[in-house]
Amino acid sequence: MPGLGTSFGRGGATTNLQDLSNADCILIQGSNMAEAHPVGFQWVMEAKRKGATIIHVDPRFTRTSAVADIHVPIRAGSDIAFLGALVNHVLSNDLDFREYVVAYTNAAAIIDDRFQDTEDLEGLFSGYDPETGQYDPATWQYDDASAAASAGQRDPEQPTGGVGSDQHQKGHEAARSESHGSGGPAVEFKPRRDETLQDPRCVFQILKRHFARYTPQMVQEVCGIGPEQFAKVADELTRNSGRERTSALCYAVGWTHHSVGAQIIRTAAILQTLLGNIGRPGGGIMALRGHASIQGSTDIPTLFNILPGYLPMPHAEHHGDLDEYVAADAGKTGFWGNMRSYAVSFLKSYWGDAASAENDYCFDYLPRLTGDHSTYTTVKAMIEGRCKGYFVVGENPAVGSANGKMQRLGLANLDWLVVRDLQMIESATFWKDGPEIETGELVTEEIGTEVFFLPAAAHTEKSGSFTQTQRMLQWRDKAVDPPGDARSELDFYFELGNRIRQKLAGSTDEMDRPLLDLTWDYPVDERGEVDSQAVLQEINGTGPDGSPLSTYTELKDDGSTACGCWIYCGVYAEGVNQARRRKPHWEQDLVASEWGWAWPANRRILYNRASAAPDGSPWSERKKYVWWDAEQGSWVGSDVPDFIADRPPDHVPAEDAAGPDAIGGQDPFIMQTDGKAWLFAPLGVADGPVPTHYEPPESPVANALYPQQNNPARRSLTQSANPINPSLSEVFPFVYTSYRLTEHHTAGAMSRTLPYLTELQPEPFCEVSPRLARARGLENGGWATIATARTAIEARVLVTERLRSLRLGEQWVEQVGLPYHWGGNGITQGDSANDLVNITMDPNVYIQDKVGTCDIQPGRRPRGAALTAYVEEYRRRAGVGADQEKGDG
Amino acid sequence: MGRLSGRLDDVTADAGYEDHPPRVGFFTDTSVCIGCKACEVACKTWNSVPDDGYLLTGMSYDNTQALGASTWRHVAFVEKSSEVSLPVDLGMPSMSLPGADPSAAGQATESGDGVVTWLMSSDVCKHCTHAACLDVCPTGSLFRTEFGTVVVQPDICNGCGYCVPACPYGVIDLREDDGRAFKCTLCYDRLKEGQQPACAQACPTESIQFGELDELRERADARLAELHEKGVDVARLYGRDPEDGVGGGGAFFLLLDEPEVYGLPPDPVVTTRDLGSIWKHVAMAAAALTGVGVAAAVGRRR
Amino acid sequence: MTPRGETSMVPPPEFESYYGRQIIKTPTWKTPDVPLYLFLGGMGGASAVLAEVAASSGRPDLERVARVTAAGSAALGTVALVHDLGRPERFLNMLRVLKPTSPLSVGSFILAPFASLSGAAAASFLTGRLPRLGRLAGVGAAALGPPLATYTGALLANTAVPAWHEAHRELPFIFAGSGAAAAGGMAMVFSPCAQAGPARRMVLMGAAMEIVGAERLLDRIGLVGEPYRTGRPGRLMSVSRSLTAVAAGATLVLGRRSRAVSALAGAACVGASVLTRFGIFEAGLASARDPKYTVVPQKERIAARERAAVGR
Repeated sequence: MPGLGTSFGRGGATTNLQDLSNADCILIQGSNMAEAHPVGFQWVMEAKRKGATIIHVDPRFTRTSAVADIHVPIRAGSDIAFLGALVNHVLSNDLDFREYVVAYTNAAAIIDDRFQDTEDLEGLFSGYDPETGQYDPATWQYDDASAAASAGQRDPEQPTGGVGSDQHQKGHEAARSESHGSGGPAVEFKPRRDETLQDPRCVFQILKRHFARYTPQMVQEVCGIGPEQFAKVADELTRNSGRERTSALCYAVGWTHHSVGAQIIRTAAILQTLLGNIGRPGGGIMALRGHASIQGSTDIPTLFNILPGYLPMPHAEHHGDLDEYVAADAGKTGFWGNMRSYAVSFLKSYWGDAASAENDYCFDYLPRLTGDHSTYTTVKAMIEGRCKGYFVVGENPAVGSANGKMQRLGLANLDWLVVRDLQMIESATFWKDGPEIETGELVTEEIGTEVFFLPAAAHTEKSGSFTQTQRMLQWRDKAVDPPGDARSELDFYFELGNRIRQKLAGSTDEMDRPLLDLTWDYPVDERGEVDSQAVLQEINGTGPDGSPLSTYTELKDDGSTACGCWIYCGVYAEGVNQARRRKPHWEQDLVASEWGWAWPANRRILYNRASAAPDGSPWSERKKYVWWDAEQGSWVGSDVPDFIADRPPDHVPAEDAAGPDAIGGQDPFIMQTDGKAWLFAPLGVADGPVPTHYEPPESPVANALYPQQNNPARRSLTQSANPINPSLSEVFPFVYTSYRLTEHHTAGAMSRTLPYLTELQPEPFCEVSPRLARARGLENGGWATIATARTAIEARVLVTERLRSLRLGEQWVEQVGLPYHWGGNGITQGDSANDLVNITMDPNVYIQDKVGTCDIQPGRRPRGAALTAYVEEYRRRAGVGADQEKGDG
Repeated sequence: MGRLSGRLDDVTADAGYEDHPPRVGFFTDTSVCIGCKACEVACKTWNSVPDDGYLLTGMSYDNTQALGASTWRHVAFVEKSSEVSLPVDLGMPSMSLPGADPSAAGQATESGDGVVTWLMSSDVCKHCTHAACLDVCPTGSLFRTEFGTVVVQPDICNGCGYCVPACPYGVIDLREDDGRAFKCTLCYDRLKEGQQPACAQACPTESIQFGELDELRERADARLAELHEKGVDVARLYGRDPEDGVGGGGAFFLLLDEPEVYGLPPDPVVTTRDLGSIWKHVAMAAAALTGVGVAAAVGRRR
Repeated sequence: MTPRGETSMVPPPEFESYYGRQIIKTPTWKTPDVPLYLFLGGMGGASAVLAEVAASSGRPDLERVARVTAAGSAALGTVALVHDLGRPERFLNMLRVLKPTSPLSVGSFILAPFASLSGAAAASFLTGRLPRLGRLAGVGAAALGPPLATYTGALLANTAVPAWHEAHRELPFIFAGSGAAAAGGMAMVFSPCAQAGPARRMVLMGAAMEIVGAERLLDRIGLVGEPYRTGRPGRLMSVSRSLTAVAAGATLVLGRRSRAVSALAGAACVGASVLTRFGIFEAGLASARDPKYTVVPQKERIAARERAAVGR
């Protein structure tokens, strides 16, 4: 989540779900919260009951819209235009929370005079290299502040390129942006400021100019939203923000799955910051993360480019030793200044006694990045024969990932494939019954992949923790033993490690030392299952005497402490599994600090220093949360202060202060190197310091805002199985958008296999407007075939007014809604909507764009080889292949 | 035999329980229902109710269609929209394909007119004060519990099917492969353990509220007043009135449209309200038939 | 509702419904089991009465036919009833309790003794054994006969099925009349004209009661009576009525004189009685399937109440 990480310093949601009930207005956009997060949605309903206005901006009228006060239909992929217009509305009408903006944001910062905006360069920022399609952020810097390459790459979704094009480019390849999960990118100095906000080069004025063209008329033309509706939303948001009132904003993968995903979130961050809604009760940005532990899967990452706690994965060329690795952050303002302590403690948790000051704490044992090894790039490598083996665990890429065909072609070209799942999923059976077998594109006998299917234990069959959407760890105990040979992931990897270590035992090869020296000594119970609490204790960390640590400020860089993930330090404080606390809500206040445990340091609302005015007093009685108690000499409130507890509001750090000592009394964003929320991101975002609307890679309309059609920095994936529909194609005149249903779980392995869920939504369907249905002769309950340059799928049709025909200027745009849960296996079967989705990625996080263009026709699709011919004909008519280069204009 | 119709304040005592817990039920507030169907799934999981078939109905997001022997909670989805004709035919420049009817295209609604509504409502057995299913059951399989609810005893039911057409709401039904009648038990087993029914526990938005009926009625009245105050004039309570045709439901609802829009009968009446008249006419007809016999006997001898 | 104009499922405009779906459940009672049971109960019950008429007036041929018909109907009816159960092996659960609120329970307590008594009476008559006890059994069966023939009206009426429930005043009379006509008809088929006088009179009176009852019903219940006039149940009812009328006329004119006409007319009465039961049964199913018959009368009822409230 680089959008949040670069803006505020941490990539996680800034608030928690319960706190939504304190909001006076909630804007839900890029999320179908009622359907995808129904349990958390109870707090939205609670807010509504208390009188809050609920606004849902979404291409479809969904179950969320049904209970919202206002539904605004928007063209999929045009979110920045809408949010940008809200920013413009706030700025040009002086509706920002000025006192908050001046004190807590970088609005006053002066930017390098070489900076050129999209206003000046027809949709590009200064620093763009058309050869590589990448930006050099050198000219985006704070004036008089030369930013260093960011060492503390801390979040899985933010690009932190270093300055200087050479290093910068490598940063890109390693997806450095991911590393802002906890801690923004590092700037070397605090900027020169103009607190009157009048300097034409200050961030505030740059923003004003940048967003000036995002007018309500433009919103009508780009998003299909009428000026009255826009005004209604703008009024509700601004009326409900300020000293006395707060508005919250919720988003999910409706924003992240775009080629401009990080920038959409950045726009939201700018809006909420200008309105003074960050760090305050009933405010914030609630990043809704999908599965039970998606937040956890970036905290303790499953990503290639970061280590636990958003420590960057070292780079082969830049990080020769530990000193080099931590250099960029050492001495910086804020808590990243202690990065060496986090890194050393992490290395000690991996290699224990083997890690010592003499051997750089085994820093050399860590793998090194040499480039982009993200998922889609890896799939391409599989097709091209460069990747030979693959673990598919808790995933079903053949159904759940973009461009299913490409996924399956990749899987079919491996030497070996391990699939661990609860069910026999499509990713394990593609070789005998995948769609390409039907069309003849793959032949079972010719597929050399050896598939190992290993049954996995379900969440009820193992104990462990989830880290859910509000950064909260909740422990669950095992309820039943797993059936048959099913094993938990923990057991599986422990056993895998044991066997590999046995095989290597006695090896004298240096290369095997990292494995042989690992601390791999977890206690097991009588069933042979690993004690998962022992793992949690290892993650929490231990002091010199082996006792559990209580907070990450106790971590040392001298090897005396070990900690598996510094941001989780404290989850086992006092030897108690804090994540297992279950004090019911009726025995504590709404903050519920004694339910589970949230990182960092059990803080529930982040940056909550900002809930008080610069002088430390609450902004208002109504929105009181954390404030300075002069008598106690401490910050107090119902939450853990996200600040140095005894640092007075008037504290001014010494010029030469470093690390946490450099945090001023009015710097609520303690993970930022300047302590401020970033309206303008001088570093850390690969596609521009301020967000800009670009059309999705496939769009039926031209970019009305700039001559530049698509995100110039987007990552294209050139592969014959990934052809892109030309923009403005008459062959593919409609927009499709894919999504989930309440009744199913992502790629369906946990729902299509269960009668009680399958019967609720038994077949794939598409949703179309009555107008589109009339135009194409589609009947409710009948069949339709949806075609793109990738392939064509069939689905039953729901004709519904919930899908609106959108008018963009003089042009009508129709959208086809496609739930994506189905595949060839399970109780009911059907085509997978993800087979239609192209792979064109956001340059920060390498996530695909779920929006594209398509054609839709009544009836079922051709079968077998006829399908290939059918799609080929579409490609021919659309001229696909002729115009597949990245350059557009 | 207890009272058959009209107001009855202690149905449990009327059924013969001398000392009993307070009557419990559901208040389903459809104004906060998000249609997640967690109630359907929780119900089936707890009660081991089998699946009800895999049919995409085309009825919005409702694929379970109605309450029945294997669907004890059913979420209805009602899509409504007022047609807004566009004054100008703007054509479909990007959709110039054969078969497209340009005049039809002109009727498309403009975006953002806010005229779509999507009502969701979780239906369930009403556990009527005067329960026709219970009254007509010849075996005593259906009975009134100490909580005032109506439950089928599966070990007694012989599948006569009388309860099926007796229910004015169309709730109870026979399971075809099993032959017996099934419906919501209001989680009788859970109630006995002091737990709330599975559906209510699973409901994320408190659309389904479980509790003592008297208290639920107060809560519902307050909620209705609150909504009316907010200008939601369409809100109304359904099944709450103890004077209605079934003596009030143990499960009742706050609806945002006419009951029949959700598939509910607008003015249900327990059939046994007319039982006196029914038996009276049977007696008269039987007497008449006896009379026919007598008349046939006394006729001319030929 | 699905979008306008996109589906044929949207019901007619005069009332709203949920996708045109029925509100109450269609009765699960099987065809032909249940309509046949209704018919057999009626014919058997009336036959038991006829048997006593024959016995007391010394018409042994008529008595034989009536006793066998009563006993046979009861036996077959019991089979049909048991067969209709979802769990036939549990049919004895019917006698677990006696519930006046359940016509099926009451009916079971009528059918069970009736079947025994009519069976005993027939056996005694046919074998000549225990004649006095046999006769006593016959009297008992004759006492239970009219309730057996008419309680089925309550059985149907005591439901939420609009066409049945609204017909609760007439159904017992229609069933009584139809039962009498069938019993008389059966006797006319199998007994000599000379002894069939009571049977003919039963036919005539039964037919009159049935026809008058049906007419009154349709006059009274308005929209809900529509299924009795339309569709397949409407045709069944119409054929039945014509057959009954013709048979009654033939019985009146030629019944005494022509054995053949007597037999044909008798058979027609029996057939008409079967058709009546199927017609009424199916009309009920039709009225359950269409939400119109549930919603419209109920809306009218609400409107009437509101008018009354305003008037007060």
